[in-house]
Amino acid sequence: MFKRRLILLAVLLAACTAGYLMLGAQGNWGFVLPFRGNKLAALIIVAVAISTATVLFQTITHNRILTPSIMGFDALYVLILTVQIYVLGAQEYVHLSQAGQFVANIGLMLVASLALFGTLLSRARGDLMRMVLTGIILAVLLRAVTSFLQRVIDPNEYAVVQGASFARFTRIDVELLAVAALLTCCALLVTWRLRHRLDVLALGDTAAINLGEAPKHNMFVILVLISVLVSVSTALVGPMGFLGLLVVSLAHLITPTASHATLLLSSALISALTLVGGQFILERVLGMSTPLIVVIDVVGGIVFLILLLRRKYR
Amino acid sequence: MIRVTLILTLALLAVLSLFVGVADLSPSALFYDRAALDLLWTSRGPRTVAVIITGGTLAVSGTIMQMIVRNRFVEPMTAGTGQGAALGILLVTVFMPSMPILMKMGIASAVALATSVIFLVIVNRLPPTQPMLVSLVGMIYGGILGACVLFFAYQADLLQYIDIWMNGEFSGVLQGRYELLWIAAAVGILSYLAADQFAIVGMGRTVSTNLGLNYTQVVIIGLLSIAIVTALTVVTVGMIPFVGLVVPNIVSRLSGDNLRATLPLTAVSGAALVLASDILGRVLRYPYEIPVGSVFGVLGAVVFLWLLYAPRRHV
Amino acid sequence: MIVISDVDYFIGPVKILDGVNLELPKGGISALIGPNGAGKSTLLSLIARLMPLQAGTITVDDLTVGACPNNTLARRLAILPQASDAAPLLTVRELVGFGRYPYHKGRPTPDDHAKVEDALEAFGLVPFADRRLDTLSGGQRQRAQVAMTYAQDTGYILLDEPLNNLDIAASRSLMRVLRELAAAHDRTIVIVLHDINYAAAYADLIVAMKGGKIVAKGTPDEIVTEDILKEVFDTDPKVHRIDGKVMIEV
Repeated sequence: MFKRRLILLAVLLAACTAGYLMLGAQGNWGFVLPFRGNKLAALIIVAVAISTATVLFQTITHNRILTPSIMGFDALYVLILTVQIYVLGAQEYVHLSQAGQFVANIGLMLVASLALFGTLLSRARGDLMRMVLTGIILAVLLRAVTSFLQRVIDPNEYAVVQGASFARFTRIDVELLAVAALLTCCALLVTWRLRHRLDVLALGDTAAINLGEAPKHNMFVILVLISVLVSVSTALVGPMGFLGLLVVSLAHLITPTASHATLLLSSALISALTLVGGQFILERVLGMSTPLIVVIDVVGGIVFLILLLRRKYR
Repeated sequence: MIRVTLILTLALLAVLSLFVGVADLSPSALFYDRAALDLLWTSRGPRTVAVIITGGTLAVSGTIMQMIVRNRFVEPMTAGTGQGAALGILLVTVFMPSMPILMKMGIASAVALATSVIFLVIVNRLPPTQPMLVSLVGMIYGGILGACVLFFAYQADLLQYIDIWMNGEFSGVLQGRYELLWIAAAVGILSYLAADQFAIVGMGRTVSTNLGLNYTQVVIIGLLSIAIVTALTVVTVGMIPFVGLVVPNIVSRLSGDNLRATLPLTAVSGAALVLASDILGRVLRYPYEIPVGSVFGVLGAVVFLWLLYAPRRHV
Repeated sequence: MIVISDVDYFIGPVKILDGVNLELPKGGISALIGPNGAGKSTLLSLIARLMPLQAGTITVDDLTVGACPNNTLARRLAILPQASDAAPLLTVRELVGFGRYPYHKGRPTPDDHAKVEDALEAFGLVPFADRRLDTLSGGQRQRAQVAMTYAQDTGYILLDEPLNNLDIAASRSLMRVLRELAAAHDRTIVIVLHDINYAAAYADLIVAMKGGKIVAKGTPDEIVTEDILKEVFDTDPKVHRIDGKVMIEV
């Protein structure tokens, strides 16, 4: 479905990618391309991870206004990072290998997010507003605890954490990039294999059970996938705010369908287009100093508000 | 009884606040040490006063906003008023840096008022059956405005100011740098005169009109008072989230909603709670300080979650 | 045959089902009737494993509910989902296609496609097949849901108050379809009904419930009597017999 629209999105993305890699690159191509290539890879990994995590989350919660970021998944990741530095001390922490740290973080993240969001989602499911509000306050709380711990940590150690708590694409660690790419690909592969099951789960709990899919078991699997995807993107560039909400809402507009195969593809393309295109325009064309994420937060926030205000109430 | 206990607690905290800090200061030193007296006069004293005024007026502003919006889960600092004030002062700093401070404050208050009015307009379009939605919309609205502030700050290269305005802390309060807060105190006391009117407005437009009240006028007065208090707080000490939410809710649960009786209670509780958080921030990581905004962020969010799930005595 | 043994169910401290023992035979239409809060819907949900059993056992032929794999039961028993607004973007054909999911898991074979077309045909949905659900009337949507259940091709079909929100034409047409399914396709239908007239007219077996217990079980002639109705519903409507059919005065 919507094959032409998907192809159009892919062509646009290719154009932006080419523009991002080529424009303004003078002289030493051997130097510029790998440098920009790494950054581009990070942008695309993050874009696809966030859009996929958001689609998954919206499917298991049966609504279109919740996203992992709004519910505080990435805030949880930053908190876990901070707690580790607080417990181990920055010296110890820096000594761990990047990849080792990363895998350990993801392990902790899995446990924490399953415990926290697993209970929250199964308890507050009936009352959407309460769940959204709980999620937002939870995110605020997690951020507050993080910033509290960051202040309690020695000011020298503080700098180590600070880098992780705000989205930026300036410094990308190559070793981390490889691990992130691997993990993301695995999670995406599993998600793709689940696409038909997701279609069934989206029909609602009763219909899903009737068709032989247990919602609880699936929710567990999907929460694991979301945790991995959010961990990867947060570790690479930091919290991405309203990006997920923005791109998935756009995907629903551009490819209005219940088919997850289409939805996963289109939201991933739109997400990559938003990040690569946005970065390209902001950085190369407009020469602005504001990070892309701030712009995304303004636009995404407005989209969220519109979605809330336009919802039909029973 | 509650009243006496509260006032005693506040007094005790105030005394404690005078003698806790990086520089040593013991009560006995005041009698012979000139430097100690100086420290008290120029730093600890002003700081304590600033905390008390801020805590008290923010709690009162929260109550007034909850009455106007008719929803218990909103407060100025998270529903756009605080962000509006920051936006206002940012714009003034960029475009009219040489303006006198009072004028700057006026403009910050005006922008805060404008953003609050917009919030009220949005809220009035929401179905009254969805109390959580109002709070949700407020938080998102505040978030958008906050992101706008960040956007302009990046463009104007004023990020270091943002940190000051967005994260409330009292360590920078010295004699000569906090006196604007007295205006907030005055506004807070003046709004107490209208306590009954706010309580009636909290029952809705129909009841207000029925009781012969000029609804719109009272709402505007309330919003004005909120905007001024918020703007002064943001500029002088920075944002402190949740004070205006947590304190009125607790007071209302304990002592009901007769504002004439409860507003002073709210003010004293707010002052005591913020003062306690500030002292906590000073001692937890001595000699460094943890901003009161961070302390209260944790505290406030936990209480908010509790309020969301605890059964309500009355809606 | 569905066998329900010693089933209790609590929601908090409230006992919804109280030691229910019931055998529902294979074939025909069995109707559950009873006042609000009698536990009919709960019982139906437990059979369809929409809620986990707390005490007792339920078996569907040789399958034990809760112990057998979800997907196996999905090919034996279907419950008509309440018209969900979760997927308004689906077309009728896509919705009916989901009925085949327990068999193909997302990769439909030509046989599955044929069964879907067959279901669309059987329920007169061919003209709407490519319309989206949110463009249909309530009755048409209901019909699409039933077609999906039909396509699921299960021996047992459970329906929970399917006549809610349907007008008389749609109600009669749905009940006739069920009658036809039971008679010509050898399906077993278990249905919760509020309107006893419909139960009396279409069911082969009526089970009356009250306060979480089975009060009476029998043919419409045996159950729809003034005595039993008074006992079950605490009200005393007159029962007429016209041309061999039972009718209740309302």
